[in-house]
Amino acid sequence: MALQLSAHRPRPGAGVARAYSFWLLNYRRNFLGSAISSFLAPALFLASMGLGLGSLVDSGADPALGVPYVAFVAPGVLAATAMQTGVMCSTFPVMTAMKWQRQYHAMIATPLTVLDVLLAHLAYTATRVLLAAGVFLAVASALGAVPSPWALLALPAAVLTGLAHAAPVAAFSAGQETDSGFILLFRLVVTPMFLFSGTFFPAQDLPAGLEQLAYATPLWHGVDLSRDLALGAPDAGSAVLHVAYLALWAAVGAVLTRRTMARRLLR
Amino acid sequence: MTSAAPAPAPPAQRTPGPLVEARGLVKAFGDFTAVAGIDVAVARGEAFGFLGPNGAGKSSTMRMIGCVSPPTAGTLRVLGADPVRDGSAIRARLGVVPQRDTLDEELTVRENVLVYARYFGLSRARARAKAAELLEFAQLTDRADDKVEPLSGGMKRRLTIARALVNDPEVLLLDEPTTGLDPQARHVLWDKLFRLKRQGVTLVLTTHYMDEAEQLCDRLVVMDGGRIVAEGSPRQLIERYSTREVLELRLAAEPGGEEVARAAEVLAGGAGRTEVLPDRLLVYTDDADAVAAEAERRGIAVLSALTRRSTLEDVFLHLTGRTLVD
Repeated sequence: MALQLSAHRPRPGAGVARAYSFWLLNYRRNFLGSAISSFLAPALFLASMGLGLGSLVDSGADPALGVPYVAFVAPGVLAATAMQTGVMCSTFPVMTAMKWQRQYHAMIATPLTVLDVLLAHLAYTATRVLLAAGVFLAVASALGAVPSPWALLALPAAVLTGLAHAAPVAAFSAGQETDSGFILLFRLVVTPMFLFSGTFFPAQDLPAGLEQLAYATPLWHGVDLSRDLALGAPDAGSAVLHVAYLALWAAVGAVLTRRTMARRLLR
Repeated sequence: MTSAAPAPAPPAQRTPGPLVEARGLVKAFGDFTAVAGIDVAVARGEAFGFLGPNGAGKSSTMRMIGCVSPPTAGTLRVLGADPVRDGSAIRARLGVVPQRDTLDEELTVRENVLVYARYFGLSRARARAKAAELLEFAQLTDRADDKVEPLSGGMKRRLTIARALVNDPEVLLLDEPTTGLDPQARHVLWDKLFRLKRQGVTLVLTTHYMDEAEQLCDRLVVMDGGRIVAEGSPRQLIERYSTREVLELRLAAEPGGEEVARAAEVLAGGAGRTEVLPDRLLVYTDDADAVAAEAERRGIAVLSALTRRSTLEDVFLHLTGRTLVD
């Protein structure tokens, strides 16, 4: 009998695709709001930071950062947007599916496994990051903030950056009983990282200590990778290091999330 | 309501032997033992009930059978396979109605079924056809495109059951299917479950409603403190642990006083077991009218006397006690 059951096991990945279809349906109901904000937010950022602040930064004879400020800041904000989108997808949606609407519980009562549930969530997160990054890149290009066609590779880099943050945050969210921890997460982790990880100015301008701290964040690696690509000057060595570091965060986060989910869903 | 419930799995796929078989099954959470070694076998086509007070271990047992809770000790076979190793394949052939609904309240009624159908790998076309059929069965066709959130408790429960049938399960697991519903909603649900049973779907359910157990279960076990304390058909259990009839007397005498105790002793002589409650004296007997006449003959001052048939509730209270479990 066990043999017969095993023969009915779906091919690998089928479960992920099935669980993923839930997230797409779920996304459809707030697609418009999300699409508008993923267009507006970067447009506003680029206008105020890149063009407004940029006119001050670039007021000397040569651009202070070697390139026009808008071209410096655009890939930074691209990576930061990827990070924020990743974190967004891994906080309230995870809480909702674990506790409020319990969609995860519904999933694991079916042939889906915890691994399917986890991978589908990450796949959905990757989709959302890709959409947000794509819109951002289009807006930035239209504003002339993206000088190099290498910038297209900043899209997969953005997805990796999103996952490097989404996976560990999902591990955190999956273990929470209330949403109160999210406020701390946003205030103490996400916002400082957003501001100080080389997004708006080079991390080397930070005081010693803080500078090293910035290098330890996955966001700094995402920003640096994104910037190298957007400015058309990728260095293979540092790109590999950035990718490996981001992948490590994503992988460790995924392992931790799987463990926490299994602990809660398969009591 | 004329639509048929989904047909059970074709015979070719059928597992020989019991569909659910547990031996010495244990579930412990840290120091707390929720299920303390139970033996159960559920045959195909049977409606099998776990009856017990809160905390008896019913839900833990159901979660283990549903392959979402690994057993701590003992053996468990579901559809002939091991829930830990073959959980996914077993779940493909189970329908699960959990104690707490896991409906997506922001999706529509139909979308809930469609999404769930996708989890089982049904094609979109098949899922749509199945959803239409099941919503008809659950009398939810009129609400198919409404959000779930404002539905009544009974409707949500029917939707959960409809959803659980999307894969034509061989076994339907129902954890307290009607708890919290009003009498009308409960009767509608019983009707649905009875139809499924008639069509050969094996039902495994938990309940603390005696009438539900009597209505639906061919066979049941009474659980208390993680153990099985009795097993049989509702009728067998009543015969074994109670009497044919129960006489409920309200006496004029001071409750809890000497006189009541004496009356109980006198009446027990002729009948068998008596039980003194704060407001009543219960006499378990095969002939309640004769005992009532005896009470009158002996000059016991009776305010009111109620003669009734013994129910599963009497069995339940006898076996699990009257202490409130919260």
